[in-house]
Amino acid sequence: MAKKKTIRTIPQERTPVQEQDPKERARNFEEVSLGYRLEEALVEADRCLQCADEPCVRGCPVSIDIPGFIQKIVEKHYQGAYDIITDTNLLPSVCGRVCPQESQCEGVCTVGDTLEPVAIGRLERFVGDMAIKEGWANVPYIEPSGCRVGIVGAGPAGMACAADMAKAGCEVVVYEAFHQPGGVLKYGIPDFRLPNDVIDAEIEKLRKLGIRFECNTLVGRLFTIEQMVTDMGFAAVFIGTGAGYPSFMGIPGESLNGVLSANELLTRANLMRARDFPNFDTPLQPGKRVTVIGAGNTAMDAMRVSMRLGAEKVMCVYRRSKAEAPARVEEVHHAEEEGIEFNWLTSPVELLGDANNKVRAMRCIRMELGEPDSSGRRKPVPIPGSEFEIETDMVVFAIGTNANPILGQTSKLKLNKWGYIETDESLATSIAGVYAGGDIVTGAATVIQAMGAGRKAARAMKAYLGLRDTDCVYAPETDDPAGRRFGIPVEEHNFARVRLL
Amino acid sequence: MQETQSSSFEIVAREDFSDVTFLLEVRHPMLAKAARAGQFVIVMEREEGERIPLTIADFDREAGTITLVIQAVGKTTREMQQNCQVGTRLFAVVGPMGIPSHIGGKKKVVCVGGGLGVAPIYPQARAWKESGAYVIGVVGFRNRGLVFWDEKFRAVCDELIVCTDDGSAGIKGLVTEGIKQAIAKHPDIEELVAIGPPIMMKGCAEATRPHKIRTMVSLNPVMVDGTGMCGGCRVKIGETVKFACVDGPDFDGHLVDFDDLMARLGRYKEAEKEALERFQESCRIRGEGAAAPDPAVALDRPSTDG
Repeated sequence: MAKKKTIRTIPQERTPVQEQDPKERARNFEEVSLGYRLEEALVEADRCLQCADEPCVRGCPVSIDIPGFIQKIVEKHYQGAYDIITDTNLLPSVCGRVCPQESQCEGVCTVGDTLEPVAIGRLERFVGDMAIKEGWANVPYIEPSGCRVGIVGAGPAGMACAADMAKAGCEVVVYEAFHQPGGVLKYGIPDFRLPNDVIDAEIEKLRKLGIRFECNTLVGRLFTIEQMVTDMGFAAVFIGTGAGYPSFMGIPGESLNGVLSANELLTRANLMRARDFPNFDTPLQPGKRVTVIGAGNTAMDAMRVSMRLGAEKVMCVYRRSKAEAPARVEEVHHAEEEGIEFNWLTSPVELLGDANNKVRAMRCIRMELGEPDSSGRRKPVPIPGSEFEIETDMVVFAIGTNANPILGQTSKLKLNKWGYIETDESLATSIAGVYAGGDIVTGAATVIQAMGAGRKAARAMKAYLGLRDTDCVYAPETDDPAGRRFGIPVEEHNFARVRLL
Repeated sequence: MQETQSSSFEIVAREDFSDVTFLLEVRHPMLAKAARAGQFVIVMEREEGERIPLTIADFDREAGTITLVIQAVGKTTREMQQNCQVGTRLFAVVGPMGIPSHIGGKKKVVCVGGGLGVAPIYPQARAWKESGAYVIGVVGFRNRGLVFWDEKFRAVCDELIVCTDDGSAGIKGLVTEGIKQAIAKHPDIEELVAIGPPIMMKGCAEATRPHKIRTMVSLNPVMVDGTGMCGGCRVKIGETVKFACVDGPDFDGHLVDFDDLMARLGRYKEAEKEALERFQESCRIRGEGAAAPDPAVALDRPSTDG
């Protein structure tokens, strides 16, 4: 190994990533970030100190061996890097793009104590994208366990759980209510942040693990969770249905035409491809002056999608200040670059309509920050007499979601007072063999947190089913007539911790 | 273990009731088994199509089929009228969605169906009959030529009142006329169930309000996913806002804000009109569908079922 790196010997500047010009990209759905090229990735990989205490691994919700895969990049053994990542995370191209790395791995990076942290997310994406391009797939040898596992919801939580259960030898069926798998990755996150072909490529890898996706299946109504366990032969079930049910504020005028939830706007534009209307049939009347209420990642997506659909002006209305905005810093920055106008410390009080019942304006009130509230953030309080109107023809609510009621209506699952599924520490629900994770347990969170929950539930499910933990991956070996692998007899090989690199 | 079906749904029967109304029977054994009166499905005819909600008009658990009755009014439904022949397949059918109607515990009920609501009121009438209730059916059509399922209804209703706008069959007048007759004859009606265009359901609710008869209506707002995720189908019920897809589709007709519902049905009118015009233009180029009705008239009912 080369001489030990120190903070003074590594490249001091974080390698910038090429991005589409803001003016141009604000009008197209092409990806904003172009990703690292090979030489850029090599420079950035060299910035990792390979430090001993690896805070980044602990900062990762799925504990990717981050220094390990970065070292493989340094060694120019890219497939090795891919194998290391996919030991714990089957979807590097997705996570490299949408994880909030600044508050996870990169937020605790040792280099970040002195310089800008290593761009772990960009490196992960680099490896993931190379794997898609080169057609690599980390398909381990899988010993069938004889167990069938049902997964409800083909979003990030379900996909992560499915991958782990399939690796443990289970026959896995993933049920999805929409006509395509992917969940929020497909309907929510727009193409310019996460292209659909990247998602499809990652899902294809899950199929290679033997996972079966059954779309157009509304669990709860077509069959119940209880039926899955009792009649359909599933030894264990994981529920990752997401939160869904969008919130509105309850202010006058919310039922005017031109007022919709961010979920509706994004689903129409992304999954249903209303942006390609009339080649696709789903309509979406794009606004000229769009106002989005909220400042989370969904709000940023809604605003940037509206811009790309041809809005002349897109405005954000948020009752707290920029410092409290829940969106990723990078997303707010991107939105600002694209010309979106932010109205911080502003709260809507009423939506005003025209004679055709269409929204024409939003009446707002200015806010100021008062004492800290229960969330620790300073509570916004209205400034009396500061009301004003914003002229707008489309209002989008992106103020969060509530629990989807379908499984509560159709099963005996125990729910908490907000309607989310109650679980114990291991994510087991009140029904034996049924586990749940992601937004339907915690309320709205991030993609990687959902994936982390899916993996956590998978560990508990393996224990419940009495399966050995197969976090240790076996690489397939050339055919040996005796079925021996690395000289180890078949009946022994599941006990051996062997890895081919 | 049961096999599930999740793609490619075969059309096994079709019947045309009129120039615009047609029936499809779709093979989906699991859905037929799970379906109950009052529920709906979401259908995509093809991959590029839109998701449209359609009330389940009937289901046959033995044959493993569900029945949908469609009115060709917008681009998608016109296209389905052209393309959905026996032996072809629908790209997506998902359901059953919504909370099933609460049926039972009443001795005398009226089941009202108008327009496209005639078909989905049938399983309600049948379920009420099976629950032991005395069922009075009231079905409305524009004229005699559009009447369908007369025999089917007579088999499950103790009384059937057919109403036509021009009096060419049954009594002359709207379904509200039929309701008035039924109430006059039976002062002990305990519940009325109405499915049809919003304006009809509003009329039904007003007809029963003075008599304090419990009135359930099945709402049909614009929706995308049908699983509670988009909020497009939100409706005002009294002081609260509900999502028709997961909180309904049945609601207390005396509490529903029908004016709000009707205003919201026109949300995507312009885009829908554009799509329909393009579709008709492409039909003309191909030399088909030359006699298609005026889109402005057809768009009275946008991409929803009746």
